[in-house]
Amino acid sequence: MAITPNPHNTTGFLGWIDDRFPLTKIWKDHVAEYYAPKNFNFWYYFGSLAMLVLVNQILTGIFLTMHYTPSAEDAFASVEYIMRDVPWGDTIRYLHSTGASAFFIVVYLHMFRALLYGSYRKPRELLWIFGCLIYLVLMAEAFAGYVLPWGQMSYWGAQVIISLFGAIPVIGPDLVIWIQGDYIPSDATLNRMFSLHVIALPFVLVGLVIAHLMALHEVGSNNPDGIEIKKNKDASGKPVDGIPFHPYYTVKDIMGATAFMIVFLGVAFFAPEGGGNFLEAPNFEPADPLQTPEHIVPVWYFGAFYAMLRAVPDKLGGVLVMGSAVAILFVLPWLDRSPVKSIRYKGIIVKTAVMIFAAVFLMLTYLGTKPASDIATLLARIGTIYYFAFFLLMPWYSKLDRTKPVPDRVTDH
Amino acid sequence: MMKKLILSLSVSFAAALAAPAASAAGGGAVMDFSADYSNTASMQRGARNFMNYCAACHGLKYLRYSSIEKHLEIPRELIESELMFGTDNFNGHIETAMPPESAEWFGQQPPDLSLTARSRGADWIYSFLNTFYVDPEATTGYNNLQLKGAAMPHVLAELQGIVVKSKDEEAGDGHGGGHGGNHGLKLVQDGALSPEEYEAFTADLTNFLAFAAEPGKADRIALGWNVMFYLFLLFGLTYLLKREFWRDVH
Repeated sequence: MAITPNPHNTTGFLGWIDDRFPLTKIWKDHVAEYYAPKNFNFWYYFGSLAMLVLVNQILTGIFLTMHYTPSAEDAFASVEYIMRDVPWGDTIRYLHSTGASAFFIVVYLHMFRALLYGSYRKPRELLWIFGCLIYLVLMAEAFAGYVLPWGQMSYWGAQVIISLFGAIPVIGPDLVIWIQGDYIPSDATLNRMFSLHVIALPFVLVGLVIAHLMALHEVGSNNPDGIEIKKNKDASGKPVDGIPFHPYYTVKDIMGATAFMIVFLGVAFFAPEGGGNFLEAPNFEPADPLQTPEHIVPVWYFGAFYAMLRAVPDKLGGVLVMGSAVAILFVLPWLDRSPVKSIRYKGIIVKTAVMIFAAVFLMLTYLGTKPASDIATLLARIGTIYYFAFFLLMPWYSKLDRTKPVPDRVTDH
Repeated sequence: MMKKLILSLSVSFAAALAAPAASAAGGGAVMDFSADYSNTASMQRGARNFMNYCAACHGLKYLRYSSIEKHLEIPRELIESELMFGTDNFNGHIETAMPPESAEWFGQQPPDLSLTARSRGADWIYSFLNTFYVDPEATTGYNNLQLKGAAMPHVLAELQGIVVKSKDEEAGDGHGGGHGGNHGLKLVQDGALSPEEYEAFTADLTNFLAFAAEPGKADRIALGWNVMFYLFLLFGLTYLLKREFWRDVH
């Protein structure tokens, strides 16, 4: 099939561009004539908010990189230099550090939205998989970034996480040294984390976000009713339950972004430490390889996976469980056998299972950020079992569930 | 809809913020104290106290003398004549005069205190300064409730007086550890300051160290209110814009 240049037949200067580059076509295909369901509810803000936070991280990151010194000797002092001497440095740093936590909050809510409304079901499996890859890369990006201030938690967090690779049989110990570039976390480790955080992973992240959006615009957005709006078109071929993304969702998302910024900037300006959860107190002490902090706990967004790691007595077993907990997300589209997509038309079994799943994930997140204790370990084990049962038993319970009939048209907006 | 969005975001942020901050302070503090960043007079006195009693051993290597002028409203001449002892570089950092060999004198080199208020908490510092007691078995003659076996001698003993610790936790006099529960600390010989004056003295010192940990904090919070004011206005406008456009969606 040949590509028709300038399919919208624009003229003048725009026509000159459109004859050579699909500017109007891109604008129309992806914004002005991209039809989105008109019944998006508040769960549908988090995709655009994730983009907003990504832009925030990239912009603030650019300025932080200008003043940060990636060396074990000077990194900590350079962060304090940014905080005290660089004009607007503290604001930029807090926007970046708060942005990291905000990124995970909006991404977790975005993923939970997909779980609620079956947004991973056919034909959106690849869309979901790109999303899971974004989440995976985001975790690596956040980890690498957390190492950079080279405080006590940066150092010992890096030590704990990298040492997990040591549990892999045969190659484990050599792999740890290869990743660290040294026998312990050191200047070499810090520099490669800097490289990954500033160049490699952001590139991958942005690439995946583009793929995620392309997949979305190819299949169209799902909606809270789980109805395919493309099945119901008017004479001109436009979905009757769809509205153009621009201007309807652009103005709506701008409003959502403003509301989000009230909360986000509220934290960044008034409580950037997040009660010790966004910036951990021990990280205001410079890294000391000779002194282990009392409790080494990850930042909150890794809490659930860290709790699962600790729930397993065997180190290799724990690593496998933790890895599987992320890996299992990728096959979710093939585990759900329910005849309906949206939770609105699912029965009591799935509704209960999803609600308990959300509670269990929050509980595991909390447990992962606390020191281990007998009761915490027991709860973490129960939580871990539930986490996997939720996914692994889904092919059966989602089929057993008594669903309600799905209407032909979207119900409300 | 928007209320739900703000609510859910607020709840998730609040949940993260509300999770007990015990870990934030690196373990609980014996006494309650929260730094007052708006009390410039207290921080000014704290700067004087620090320079007179602490700076001989402890540095504030991330704090510039000029920051004290800028944020604490102390005139440059006064800083140069009263606070700068070892240096005449007004833009320089408050470096310690202690040589590295001092590690041999105290068992460790006296730590830099630039960020102690952030790594351990202001309540920790205040508790440390208020819970020294006589312990004949300790090398320095003093022990500390907040930091057991502290290497630091009780430098402020001449101000506080002599405090002993009774085995009976209830036998204390309410000072020296009394705020967060009675820990059996009792003043047996008066110092140069009354107990109330000593508490005020250490509160000033703690406020100053909290300032030293983040000199820009008061400015950040002031800016935050401007940002909030602007955002609430913007939200009103974006809400009206959205409502106008969505009028024709049925």
